[in-house]
Amino acid sequence: MDTAAGLMNVIEWFTDPANWTGENGIPVRTWEQVQISMFAMIIALVIALPIALILGHLRKGMFLATNIGNVGRAVPTLGVLTILASIPEIGIGNLAAILALALFAIPPVLTNTYTGLAGVDDEVRDAARGMGMGPMGILSRVEVPLAVPLIAAGIRTATVQVVATASLAALVGSGGLGRYVVDGFALQDNTLIIAGAILTAGLAVIAELVLSQVQRAVTPKGLRSASRAEIAEQEIPV
Amino acid sequence: MSATVGDASNPWLSWSYVQDYWPELVAAGREHLGLTVGSVLLAILVAIPLAVLIRRLPVLTGPILGLSGVLYTIPSLALISLLWPVFGLSPWTVIIALAVYGLLVVLRNIVVGLQEVPGDVLDAATGMGLTQRQILTRVSLPLAMPTILAGIRIATVSTVGMVTIGALVGYGGFGTLILSGFQNNFWHAQIMTATLGCVILAVFFELLLLLVEKLTLPWTRRRAS
Repeated sequence: MDTAAGLMNVIEWFTDPANWTGENGIPVRTWEQVQISMFAMIIALVIALPIALILGHLRKGMFLATNIGNVGRAVPTLGVLTILASIPEIGIGNLAAILALALFAIPPVLTNTYTGLAGVDDEVRDAARGMGMGPMGILSRVEVPLAVPLIAAGIRTATVQVVATASLAALVGSGGLGRYVVDGFALQDNTLIIAGAILTAGLAVIAELVLSQVQRAVTPKGLRSASRAEIAEQEIPV
Repeated sequence: MSATVGDASNPWLSWSYVQDYWPELVAAGREHLGLTVGSVLLAILVAIPLAVLIRRLPVLTGPILGLSGVLYTIPSLALISLLWPVFGLSPWTVIIALAVYGLLVVLRNIVVGLQEVPGDVLDAATGMGLTQRQILTRVSLPLAMPTILAGIRIATVSTVGMVTIGALVGYGGFGTLILSGFQNNFWHAQIMTATLGCVILAVFFELLLLLVEKLTLPWTRRRAS
């Protein structure tokens, strides 16, 4: 493909008003991807946060919390996505994508939240107990605030990963920005492939930039320097 | 009885599928292995000179690692798609795209590993009269090795999963089987077997590289990785 001509085609595609309206327009596809990601994150948080808070407070289940990430890495997202979409009760479409993405968002949230809670100094906990706090008080007023940098880092890592991976959902018949790429390959349309790739990459980078600001904002000032360095293990988007 | 497409019975696990399609599975596994090893080796080859550059010009550490964090968020689907007009339907499209992710992990771990060498140790080495080069090869690198090898291991296992996306350009190892099984009327046995093939390959690499870490770095045996 002639690179210059190809680039012109992509620019033309982006400036064509037809690509900004209707069911297959950029705003609708972007919103679909954001929606799929949001639902996946809500499910993941509802499952991962309570488990991690309880285990972290009790300081039990270290093995689970540290190894669940390794298991997640070994399982291919494409495999889980197609398996879920092939179950008749789930079927192709957004539901399979939401469930698959939720599964992959659980490990980073769980591991980081657990690590954050388990990392709170014993002396600090003893002091809180000495002040007359019960388990719930210690958890909500001492442990969680101190663990916020890591909890926020885990949620951010998981969210960025989900937003990026949501583009794969198009392979199993969901909407989202991956549609352009998958349709482009089906139609042998290079312009559509490149435009889709730019859009999916752009959305993921925007999510990363926005969420890193959110993470900074929710992290108490005194804890800020530690927030970035201590992320247990960054996950690779798939 | 083998479950063929369109059959009412569409089992997830079928030994007869494995038997009937053994040659296809082996071919997919070989391709998967080749793509994984190729992209990780390429990543290491590029990471080493970059790490040397960062050491010479520490001012580049922030920008390079910061940029890598942003690059890291780009989905592999997008990266493979962006490279495909350049390299076409070839294994290099997949190898080069995935090498980018591997590069980021390996490079970051080399840099972080070398930075984490305690200053006291470096002072002691200088005091013993070691030259800069000797300090690097005899003190810093051995101490950084656990972090570097862990980076290579994480990069490799992640790459095994990402290779599946190469199915988009026809080079996805087990991913090609997963996708064709899906398009072939939700052929459960093929989707599940190929997915498990991926997991087995990932676990194999994880254990192999953990073993390499243990054998080459006996002094880290008591430390959690």
